[in-house]
Amino acid sequence: MRAVCWEGTNRIGVQRVPDPTILNPRDAIVRITSTAICGSDLHLLDGFIPTMQRGDILGHEFMGIVEDVGHAVRNLQRGDRVIVPFPISCGNCWFCEHELYSCCDNSNPNAWMAEKLYGYSPAGLFGYSHMMGGYAGGQAEYARVPYADVGPFKVPESLTDEQVLFLTDIFPTGYMAAENCNIHPGDTVAVWGGGPVGQFSIRSAFLLGAKRVIAIETVPERRRMAEQAGAETLDSMDPDGFEHLRDMTGGIGPDACIDAVGMEAHGPRIDYYYDKAKTMTMLATDRISALRQAIYACRKGGTVSVPGVYGGFLDKLPFGAVVQKGLTIKSGQTHVHRYLPKLLRHIENGDIDPSFVVTHRVSLDDAPQMYKTFRDKEDGCIKVVMKPH
Amino acid sequence: MVAGAMLAGWGLQRRDAIGGTAAVGAAALLYRGATGRSLIDDAMRVDRGRRRGIAAIADRYSDTRQRLGGRRGIHVEESVTLNKPIAEVYRFWRNFENLPQFMEHLDQVAMREHGISHWVAKGPAGTRVEWDARIINEIDNKLIGWQSLEGSMIATAGSVNFDETEHGTRVRVHLQYDPPGGKLGAMVARLFGEEPNQTVREDLRRFKRLLETGEIPTTAGQPSGRRTMAMHPSARNPNNPSHMPSRSLRSGAVR
Repeated sequence: MRAVCWEGTNRIGVQRVPDPTILNPRDAIVRITSTAICGSDLHLLDGFIPTMQRGDILGHEFMGIVEDVGHAVRNLQRGDRVIVPFPISCGNCWFCEHELYSCCDNSNPNAWMAEKLYGYSPAGLFGYSHMMGGYAGGQAEYARVPYADVGPFKVPESLTDEQVLFLTDIFPTGYMAAENCNIHPGDTVAVWGGGPVGQFSIRSAFLLGAKRVIAIETVPERRRMAEQAGAETLDSMDPDGFEHLRDMTGGIGPDACIDAVGMEAHGPRIDYYYDKAKTMTMLATDRISALRQAIYACRKGGTVSVPGVYGGFLDKLPFGAVVQKGLTIKSGQTHVHRYLPKLLRHIENGDIDPSFVVTHRVSLDDAPQMYKTFRDKEDGCIKVVMKPH
Repeated sequence: MVAGAMLAGWGLQRRDAIGGTAAVGAAALLYRGATGRSLIDDAMRVDRGRRRGIAAIADRYSDTRQRLGGRRGIHVEESVTLNKPIAEVYRFWRNFENLPQFMEHLDQVAMREHGISHWVAKGPAGTRVEWDARIINEIDNKLIGWQSLEGSMIATAGSVNFDETEHGTRVRVHLQYDPPGGKLGAMVARLFGEEPNQTVREDLRRFKRLLETGEIPTTAGQPSGRRTMAMHPSARNPNNPSHMPSRSLRSGAVR
């Protein structure tokens, strides 16, 4: 089959590789009908995620048709149309039983690596480094799905691929980010980043009852997309952003701030260049100017919700502001499985049509170019969907 | 004595510094633990307390006791917590024949009569190590203790404690070995990057995963676009054609 492979920092290739096979009784093989490039894949492209190896198959947002199941999978059969959550969860451990699916104790074969960095290992992920399990991803014609009796979620034929594909990651990720804001009626939520997760955070905040959402983003088409959802917008490169945000919130700051940017933030202030210099010289692992701004701008007693991916050790994090303003910080890889029935209902009810975010529809062979287009925000690119077959 | 002290010091240092980063080797259980407490002593203490317990240790004056008594031998202590009822966890372990399913260095264990079992392990450099062991202590859903019979080529003892916690059953394993080649052999083995207590930790992780999920997660045998045979150990499977060199259809520098 053809698969999108990581070949080193800034090198993505499409290679001919063997088809996946059932390796464990609870596996399934899915023939992929649609697969997307995630903003977090760009951290792999840029070499910000450690323990990648040349030849790793990328991709963790994919859906398709069940082609084969292991003998222990009883709830799926050949021909079922499913979306596949990006965290791999066993469904049996204490964490899965408590719906902390992205904290699954059992699905990461390389747990010892993650334990070195994080103390305890989170769940294995598709196509997201060996520390996170080394599982082959879903930017390919087929994928092997472990613990397939727990992850894959059947979706109705009445909905198109583009309407349900983002249940794999970015819709639940934006939704959990908004849920983590503990929104009360009348609240104002500020969202840093108008990429796909930011867009779903904006819409989810409204779904959860926010009165106002302010999106902080510099790319015009992303601001337009945020405005179409009812958000007000600020330019993230505006050095007076903090003052504007204060003026827009009655002088006290947003009730909650969402950092939907993550570890490769760009910013207007000197701290961005400080982070950039340190990460380039390997003295720091993450660029965090969006997170700093979110913490700084948040009202006293408010919540900072972080769906953006951070990997390592953050430098010059203004933790004093967290303590002195009494902020709550919530984060985590998304417990995707937990949200699927509810979010599918929202889609079926017409409360949201997730396909709004798609700007590029291409074939798998276009992946190397599309990674670049997406990263550089060229050609109005916000979300890329690939059709492997 | 001096060598022992050196090894002990080095072992402790190694455990902190390298721990899990070392490659997991086949010749397991060569770890000089921090406790220095003898399992045999522990077992005897429990046994004395119980008097009517199983298998009053026949080999009180045996060479096994001498070889492992006090601070002698090499100790490994590790633990894991399973989201499973204590009785189920105990029952699975109590049948030693199950152990090779998750203990990588064990080839097979055969249970015989009167608490005797025959163990076959993969030794260093393709060798096999065999011995007979006897259960010397057993408290249902609480403790299993065993030790090798007199005259075994390897003197070994082990105990497993089972405790109920709010997150499931905590299993604490204490293994003690006087390996072939003795401490010098262990030291040499360590120089080659083998890390027995990491090995046991991974064994226990597999134990947990097998019992909780019914299988042990793996990526061995999955496809990749690797064009060289140099790959991560977790993905290495020499019998699998998926690691054959593949042809690049289209690739290029992105920037």
